[in-house]
Amino acid sequence: MTFKSVHGLQGPQSLFDNLWNSHVIAEREDGACLVWVDRHYLQEGSFHAFNKIRTRGERVARPDLTVAIADHYVPTRGRGAAQGPLALNAELARMMDQLTTNAREFGVRLYDMNHPWQGICHVVGPELGMTLPGTLVVEGDSHTSTHGALGAWAFGIGASEVAHVLMTQTLWQKRPKRMRISVEGRLADGVTAKDMALTIVALVGADGAVGHIIEYAGSAVRSLSIEGRMTLCNMSIECGARCGMIAPDESTLKYVQGRPFAPKGVEFDRAAEQWLALASHRDAPFDREISLQASDIVPTVTWGTTPEDALPVTATVPDPTRLTDLLSKAEHVRDAIDYMGLSAGMRITDISIDRVFIGSCTNGRIEDLRAAAAVLSGRKSKVPGLVSPGSTLVKIQAEQEGLDRVFTAAGLEWGGSGCSMCVAMNGDQLEAGQRCASTTNRNFKGRQGKGSRTHLMSPAMVAAAAVAGRLVDVRQLMLGNV
Amino acid sequence: MDPFVRLRSVACALPQINIDTDQVFPARFMKEPRTAPDGYSPYLFHDVRRSPQGALDPQFPLNKSSNQGAGIIVARRNFGSGSSREAAVYALVDAGVRCVIAPSHGDIFAANAVNNGLLPACIDESHTEALLALLERGGVEVEIDLDSCRICVGTQEFNFEIDPVWRIRLLNGWDDIDMTRRFTDDINAWSMHDAKLRPWAQLSANPTSG
Repeated sequence: MTFKSVHGLQGPQSLFDNLWNSHVIAEREDGACLVWVDRHYLQEGSFHAFNKIRTRGERVARPDLTVAIADHYVPTRGRGAAQGPLALNAELARMMDQLTTNAREFGVRLYDMNHPWQGICHVVGPELGMTLPGTLVVEGDSHTSTHGALGAWAFGIGASEVAHVLMTQTLWQKRPKRMRISVEGRLADGVTAKDMALTIVALVGADGAVGHIIEYAGSAVRSLSIEGRMTLCNMSIECGARCGMIAPDESTLKYVQGRPFAPKGVEFDRAAEQWLALASHRDAPFDREISLQASDIVPTVTWGTTPEDALPVTATVPDPTRLTDLLSKAEHVRDAIDYMGLSAGMRITDISIDRVFIGSCTNGRIEDLRAAAAVLSGRKSKVPGLVSPGSTLVKIQAEQEGLDRVFTAAGLEWGGSGCSMCVAMNGDQLEAGQRCASTTNRNFKGRQGKGSRTHLMSPAMVAAAAVAGRLVDVRQLMLGNV
Repeated sequence: MDPFVRLRSVACALPQINIDTDQVFPARFMKEPRTAPDGYSPYLFHDVRRSPQGALDPQFPLNKSSNQGAGIIVARRNFGSGSSREAAVYALVDAGVRCVIAPSHGDIFAANAVNNGLLPACIDESHTEALLALLERGGVEVEIDLDSCRICVGTQEFNFEIDPVWRIRLLNGWDDIDMTRRFTDDINAWSMHDAKLRPWAQLSANPTSG
């Protein structure tokens, strides 16, 4: 096989083109490109990859660019010095020890369960300034798309790819197609980045962006905080895109500056200049363009078993007998209604819940906890529930702001930081048949425990559901109409 | 990795959209090592192929005796969406599945599949429906030819698509890492140059704590 040299594309470039061009090492004749990885995060599930490189007798090529963070299996209860040593479930302890052993053996930086910088990788990376604009970020986790909010090229990979990055700090990639989703105007009060994300997933479909990267643009996107942008980019994978991204701007610079790993002083200024130059040229071509008006977005929830099953909270559960033109969709709707224990045509606001969960890489940041606490302040939850901050730093900040006391006064449990009930690997889970209003990203069958039923929504909407004991429009609750 | 050129096997129809990797491989089994002789195959579709009480559901297509040993799965759009867990591919491969035919696959699933010698073959929606109808009675043998990108069922033929890069890799059984090792000098030269272009992309050994 012969190889041709790398050359930049002609013409106006998009944000993604600029990221691509600044990471391609070599291009094969068949079009596959070898790209450089700037940040590689690992979690407890990375053991398959470590086993692979151990079998091959290889070592980690760039341990200095590799960071292991315990998040998927960490317990959320009973942590912290005040509570004394934690009696860990043997299986969870094994997963923690395995990560520690692998990180030590291969010389990789580790934030374990007790480290003050521990948290969910997708919260910790940006929060510490490890993820920067213009970087290529990977992890063996599909929600790595979150980091694109800073103008990074960030995507989830499988265990074989994790092993490849560990051994070479590179990956083979095919150039994806580019989709731009522009949201113009202003979001109404009570409508958040989560509602924007769910609306987009419903519109594009769970596989509508397969083979694409998504660039989010438009005035409503630029108006989002960096936390909100992370929520939006996080859910890109729910419409099939391996990564979502937003061009770095002044808000991005303000967010990054001063974080522990961020460049300082004149180095920051030089970097900032390069980061701002990454933005798409106004004439940059896209393979697909979608436009939305922010004013059309309302509080949105999922009713079914895929994130594309999202509807305004004021809507009714779909009726499969009315979907006669799309046989496979009608079958899905029938199956989802059955699994979720609903009936066709019922009002979504008539769906009562058993539990709530607030947290995850989608909605576990400080802004999310503030939004939920604002609704719960002075109110009681009708159902039990867990609040798990996205990182230990977020937990400390929330406690300084008194948010933990708002949650506990409302009757919810305040836990430690981790993936927790989003993926139900650490023992935090629903019982079969239980129904949860959740700030997470996936409502798949069994996602929150075998037989669990999940409704996805924003933190404010979950808080409102807790108060009402059923799904409800947070705006109506705040107006006193519920 | 074993080359994939031609495959003849029973094909099992799973006529659903959006079969996510949580269904293929439930999260709670992900902490298990893959060292048993049958690997991850006991966990394949663990929950969806069973009743809530835990017994195998005789109606689930993969449980039917006629579909035992199926090396091919045919599903509707977006097979393997969701979580990046390669365990979903391990479970399929460990159970003897070498090809998943669908109108679309999750991007990460498809990449994981190719890394394990499993062919993610794309066919359009109308051909998917035709193929599903042919497989309905169970135990139907299908032949897949990766060189010509053709699927044969009896006298019927369907073309499928696969990214050309992946096709070549599967046909040759190439492992990415062997390919990458030929570029070691390029990687080293590139990263030395890049460290000057983007000094901020290095990760400090001494972060500030404030």
